[in-house]
Amino acid sequence: MTGALGRFQDDFILAVHGGEVHDGPVAALLRQPGFAVYRNTIMKGCIDALQANYPCIERLVGTEWFRAAAAVYVDRSPPVDSRLLGYGHDFADFIDDFEPAKKLPYLANVARLDRLWTEAHIAADEPLLDAALVASLPAHKLENIVLRPQAAARWIWFPDQPAYTIWRVNRVQAPMPDELAWTGEGALLVRVDGVVQWQALDAGACVLLDACARGVSLEHAVTCALDVYPGTDVGPMLSGLLSAGAFSAESATCSLT
Amino acid sequence: MTRFPLSASSMGGGLGLKPVHFDAARDCAQAGLWYEIHPENYMVAGGPRMAWLEAIRASHPISLHGVSLSLAADCMPDSQHLKRLKDLADRIEPALVSEHLAWSTWRGQYQPDLLPFPRTNEALERISDNVARTQDALGRRIAVENPTHYAVIEGHEWSELDFLGELSRRTGCGLLLDVNNVHISAFNLGFDAADYLDRFPGDAVMEIHLAGHSTDADPSSRLLIDSHAAPVADPVWSLYERVIERIGVRPTLIERDDEIPGFDVLLEERAKAQALLDTVRVPA
Repeated sequence: MTGALGRFQDDFILAVHGGEVHDGPVAALLRQPGFAVYRNTIMKGCIDALQANYPCIERLVGTEWFRAAAAVYVDRSPPVDSRLLGYGHDFADFIDDFEPAKKLPYLANVARLDRLWTEAHIAADEPLLDAALVASLPAHKLENIVLRPQAAARWIWFPDQPAYTIWRVNRVQAPMPDELAWTGEGALLVRVDGVVQWQALDAGACVLLDACARGVSLEHAVTCALDVYPGTDVGPMLSGLLSAGAFSAESATCSLT
Repeated sequence: MTRFPLSASSMGGGLGLKPVHFDAARDCAQAGLWYEIHPENYMVAGGPRMAWLEAIRASHPISLHGVSLSLAADCMPDSQHLKRLKDLADRIEPALVSEHLAWSTWRGQYQPDLLPFPRTNEALERISDNVARTQDALGRRIAVENPTHYAVIEGHEWSELDFLGELSRRTGCGLLLDVNNVHISAFNLGFDAADYLDRFPGDAVMEIHLAGHSTDADPSSRLLIDSHAAPVADPVWSLYERVIERIGVRPTLIERDDEIPGFDVLLEERAKAQALLDTVRVPA
């Protein structure tokens, strides 16, 4: 049962979101300039958090545009978790549907990469698979091992946009290249020694990582990649992923020993 | 792991820990220096943040100052949040744990602010229960901070000082005295800050906060805002001196959360608090 305290809180939240409250202590509060302080502080807290979590979007659209768009997002998706480090998980989906952003069709995908950076940054710690150990395996063992991506590994493929290049140069605050090839790109983010690192990833490697994350054997995962992208050069792809630190040391311990 | 010994009596002037100052903060070895964090920013599965915090903790006491337990909400503290707080406290072994006399989470939504409520008997019952549950879950005493006020709330059945005193008596909790909050509230609501501070339950105070404030962007409101975006103001320093002369030395934090200056600037402000603490005789 809700008491007077709960009713006060219901009314307060209603008023924060612009609802009308006609009587009781919140109505009296609404008649004072101080109420705007609470409303402004709440909005500022949410927008500041979103701005911190999407630095490349802010860089691409400017602070003023970003904060105006963020205010619309905050109204639709207020935080449900006090760990604001993770606020805005679906901001990219919001941008997809946000009319003023339609002129920048890559913006949502850049937001997806900012989000993956955050996920990689706060994921659980775990030791990484030693690439040399895998390289030393005989072929029959190699086929059967299950490589599990490290907890912080995130990957994504953008079939028709160089979203990774756009994100990368903005993430390090570098100038955009003069010529940008308008082709599909993928990205892999991993965390090595506490630092989030990124690199370009081709479509076949994305399919392989998807399969590895499902827990299938390496042989099966390679087949999946080749089915979708027959041109995939498996050897360099695998050694690239291994040296990047994409896999957990807990990968297939039984088959490695 | 060797860690800085846990004792609030060895804590003088402290600083809010900012990731941008991490290296300087870790390497600074000034006597009495300690750091405060918002635990919400470290409730993560892993990653560099936890590693930073562990490194700082190896050489300095840490205080966990929560902003979202929502003690004054008309419901129990979120059990998952409480568990995460407990896990962090077990890992970091903080010297102090504190929260606010306010609410922020309600019906599954988080409002990043510290919101007011009428200090009724009902509220006292609820908050006492929530503080007791928190202390039971953590297995330790927490300090509860006096809020900043921007408006008159109708329906109070308790004065703030009596409410805080009774909350402490019922639950055994300590209090965190934010002198800047008192200065702002006194200005905004029109009461005497010195008189309020003279009557604050001094024995329960486990920690003191000092921070800077701003004037409202809307000048017609004639309000001071607890922005933590400026140096501590002179009147707040004067009130602080008055408090520690009466109640004795307490761990004292310089809070800065916006317009963050260089670490050396914060250290200078912190040195001012430390110098005042050093001149106060510990009451027998």
